[in-house]
Formats: sequence, structure tokens, C-alpha cells
Amino acid sequence: MLLDSLLFYAFAALVLLGAVLTITLRNVVHCAVWLIATLLGVAGLYLVQGAEFLAGVQVIVYIGGIMVLYLFVIMLVPINEEVRQRRFAQQKWLAVIAAAVLATQLGILVSRGAGAFGLSAAGPAPEIGNITQNSQEVGYVLFSEYLLAFELASILLLVAIVGAVVMSKVRTES
Amino acid sequence: MFPVTTAHYLILSTTLLVIGTIGVLTRRNLLVILMSIELILNAVNINLVAFSNHLQNVNGQVFVIFVITAAAAEVAVGLGILIALFRNKETVHADEVDILRW
Repeated sequence: MLLDSLLFYAFAALVLLGAVLTITLRNVVHCAVWLIATLLGVAGLYLVQGAEFLAGVQVIVYIGGIMVLYLFVIMLVPINEEVRQRRFAQQKWLAVIAAAVLATQLGILVSRGAGAFGLSAAGPAPEIGNITQNSQEVGYVLFSEYLLAFELASILLLVAIVGAVVMSKVRTES
Repeated sequence: MFPVTTAHYLILSTTLLVIGTIGVLTRRNLLVILMSIELILNAVNINLVAFSNHLQNVNGQVFVIFVITAAAAEVAVGLGILIALFRNKETVHADEVDILRW
């Protein structure tokens, strides 16, 4: 139980630190690297909660796929000139106020709901180091109950790939 | 503090969502705006997995897989748009793209 808590706080600290640095650092490459740290922390939180399959998917798809795509595109735009530019838009204080209002609303929601819905009681934590049948359960539900949604997701990915290729293609006048 | 409850995960995901929102609203660089959207999607995923653990129901984890799929599609199209934008306007700043502004 103690190990669970320590792991949660360690990964939560990594997630929040990485998130704050992602949105504040000047160099886009540094932002991307800290976003990778955040995503690794989220994968760790999945592991703490016994969702091993999702932790693997998070590392493979997010860090292995999406972040590499980001880094490729970052290399296509000039970074050295970018570092000297303004980081934040002109409406930044208005945006921070709006986000503070959103934070207050969500905070009230969580504080009310934590008592009312029994969320202040710990969920049954899986034993750390004990490999459960999580992948089997997820796979069973994914390929039985959500089979249609799964196929639609593959079509969505296909459309997105074609769209990305069309969008970034150099158009030549014919 | 001890033990870690579901409410802890909800507070963490709320904080992460607000940080992502601030990133989307304040940054000028479109790449960082897209990264902030990833932060928001991850906040939602933390929430889904926390409730999946709380209710001992694996459906929430299947939802996370679909969210990750949508995130991959969003990033592919978003970065494609960004490349096309950079080719046409030589900028990746959100406030310099105002050609549709009335």
C-alpha cells in the first residue's frame, strides 16, 4: 500500500512537472522532450492501477509513434529563429483567468463528488509485481463488445493517413 | 495523503487538463498548441483508467484505446495542416494566421 502511494506521487510529480515545462519552455524540442516525460509518467500511472496493456500502448503509440512524428515536423521548421520570438499570445492573462475559472469549477465538482460517490475510498489496488490478466480482459471486450467501434477506428486512421498525405503533398500546377 | 484514492487521480487529471488548457490558449506556436491538446487527452485518459479501476470494469480501458486512436489521427492531420501552412505562409504562429478573420 505504501509502495503504491509512493509510486503514485512520484509519477504524478513527473506528469505535472513535465506538463508545466511543456507549455512554458521556449525551445520546441525541449517542449517535446518534456511531453515525452509526461507521457511516460502517465504510462506509469496506468501500471500503478493495473492497466498493463494500456501502459504498453501508451509507450508504443504515443512515445514511439506520435512523438516521433512531432519531432520530425519540428525539424522541418526553423528552430533557431523561433527561440527569439515571443512565446505567449497577447491574450495570455485573459486565458489564465479563464483557465482559473475552469479549475475552480472542476475543483468544486471533484470535492463534492469525492464524498458523494465514494471516490474518497481507495479502489482495489492490484498487487505490484503480480501480472494480472488485464491484456486478456481488454482484448476480449475490445473484440466482442466493441468490434464495430474497433473497425470504425481503423477506418478513421486510414482516412487520417490519406488526409495527412494529401495535406502535406506539394501541389504542382498541371 | 495515504492511501491513494480515486479522488487523487481525479485531482491530478483536473490539474493536467487545466495546464493543457492554459497551453492551448496562451502559446503562439502551433506545435506547442498541438502538444497541449495531447496533455488534455491524457488527462481524460487518466480519468477513464481511474474510474475503470474504481468500478472494476474494463470498459473504461477500452475507451482509452479509442481516445489514443483519435489522438493519433488528430496529430497526423494536424501536422499535415501545419506543414501545408508553413509551406504557404512561412509561419507556425497561431496569431499570424488571420486570413479568415473578418
